[in-house]
Amino acid sequence: MFVLVVGGGKVGYYLTKELVAAGHEIVLMEKDAARAAQIADEIGSIVLPHDGCEGRYLAAAGCNRADVVAAVTGDDEDNLVICQMAKHHFDVPRSIARVNNPKNEDLFRHLGVDEIISPTRMILGSIEQDIPVHELLHLAALGESDLEIIEAQLQPASPAVGRSPRDLAIPATCSLFAVVRDGEAEPLAADTVLRAGDKVIAIGRAECESRLRDELLGGPADGEEPSGELQTSALGTRTAPASGNEPGRWSEGAGSRGPRRGASTDGRPDDAAR
Amino acid sequence: MNAVIVGCGRVGALLAETLDAAGHDVLVVDTQTLAFERLPATFSGRAIRGDGTDEDVLRRAGAEHADLFLAFTEGDNRNIIAAQLATEVLGASRVVAKVNDPVRATAYADLGIATLCRTNLMADAINAYLGLAQQYPSGVQVPTGHHPGGEHHEAPGAVGRGVAVPAEET
Repeated sequence: MFVLVVGGGKVGYYLTKELVAAGHEIVLMEKDAARAAQIADEIGSIVLPHDGCEGRYLAAAGCNRADVVAAVTGDDEDNLVICQMAKHHFDVPRSIARVNNPKNEDLFRHLGVDEIISPTRMILGSIEQDIPVHELLHLAALGESDLEIIEAQLQPASPAVGRSPRDLAIPATCSLFAVVRDGEAEPLAADTVLRAGDKVIAIGRAECESRLRDELLGGPADGEEPSGELQTSALGTRTAPASGNEPGRWSEGAGSRGPRRGASTDGRPDDAAR
Repeated sequence: MNAVIVGCGRVGALLAETLDAAGHDVLVVDTQTLAFERLPATFSGRAIRGDGTDEDVLRRAGAEHADLFLAFTEGDNRNIIAAQLATEVLGASRVVAKVNDPVRATAYADLGIATLCRTNLMADAINAYLGLAQQYPSGVQVPTGHHPGGEHHEAPGAVGRGVAVPAEET
């Protein structure tokens, strides 16, 4: 397969190397002459030191017989133009664009780019998966005696679902005063039955935050809680037990196995004596 | 007439001044505030700092449904993406993009974007000065085709697909 790669940055460079290794015919276009020379020095004379946006250089690179054009420069507008030129001017069957601004994805698709790769979107999606959904959100600090306005969005598994504020052990320094349900704010009565998806708005002192979270959203499995500090508990606590456990288990395993194995090979008397 | 000009360089600023003086409603967008110093003190239109290739920026600036949308930044590709946004998404009726690469200028005219190619214009201006034959497309290259993308996909947030009307020669 003949693949034309445009853009010799990190993506284009590694992409070209992989494709060459896989036995494909590749031409890489990189407009920065120094960078192009550097890559050519390593992977051979398949690098053209020209701007892949420019029509005549695309033609010179053999764009009209390419099976695939991959536009992987750092500039969205360049990648769009490369793909459009490839597709509509050179009749390339398949165009692939790297898109940095996620807002451009729809436009690119609409404008006929066959495949859109958005690293920003991928990383964003990955981070969003890691963001704990059952955490408290600090809406505002009132500046008076450490009071904070806090939001808790109830998940289907949250302990407060199906219960009312009067059944919950809310710390005395804290008060639940409203619930946002289906986009509408309502005052929270003592007998309002909470549902999954509700956003419970509370006001309270910083130190009651962990109790509040346990009651509304459920605490972290190990319940170990650095008390007080709103900032650390907001993002730190949920990851702390997980990352605390994981290395713990490993080091425990290594600790129990390692020395024993070491003992037997070393022939040290520790175990043998027992 | 409602005119949006992306890129307040010499040409953009000059056109902004001319259109404004002629009584049109002019919006100029540039990424640098400094560029607006090219506008005369008498300019009564709006000048917005922002990326004219960003749909949100253009919408916030009120660039939707422009009667005239000129993409005149220094970058061919930025002009092309801005012009396509204007045509496909923002419902502009007349769109012209400055594209200095002759190949791209013709290719995008074929794709439904009116283009203006400085390379062709200047080469032919010199040809004319020397008494030689004109060789290149002159003036604005009117769109000869439609964007094929529109046949298969719904324009993102499109109110209606604006078709670039051939610009009049003036």
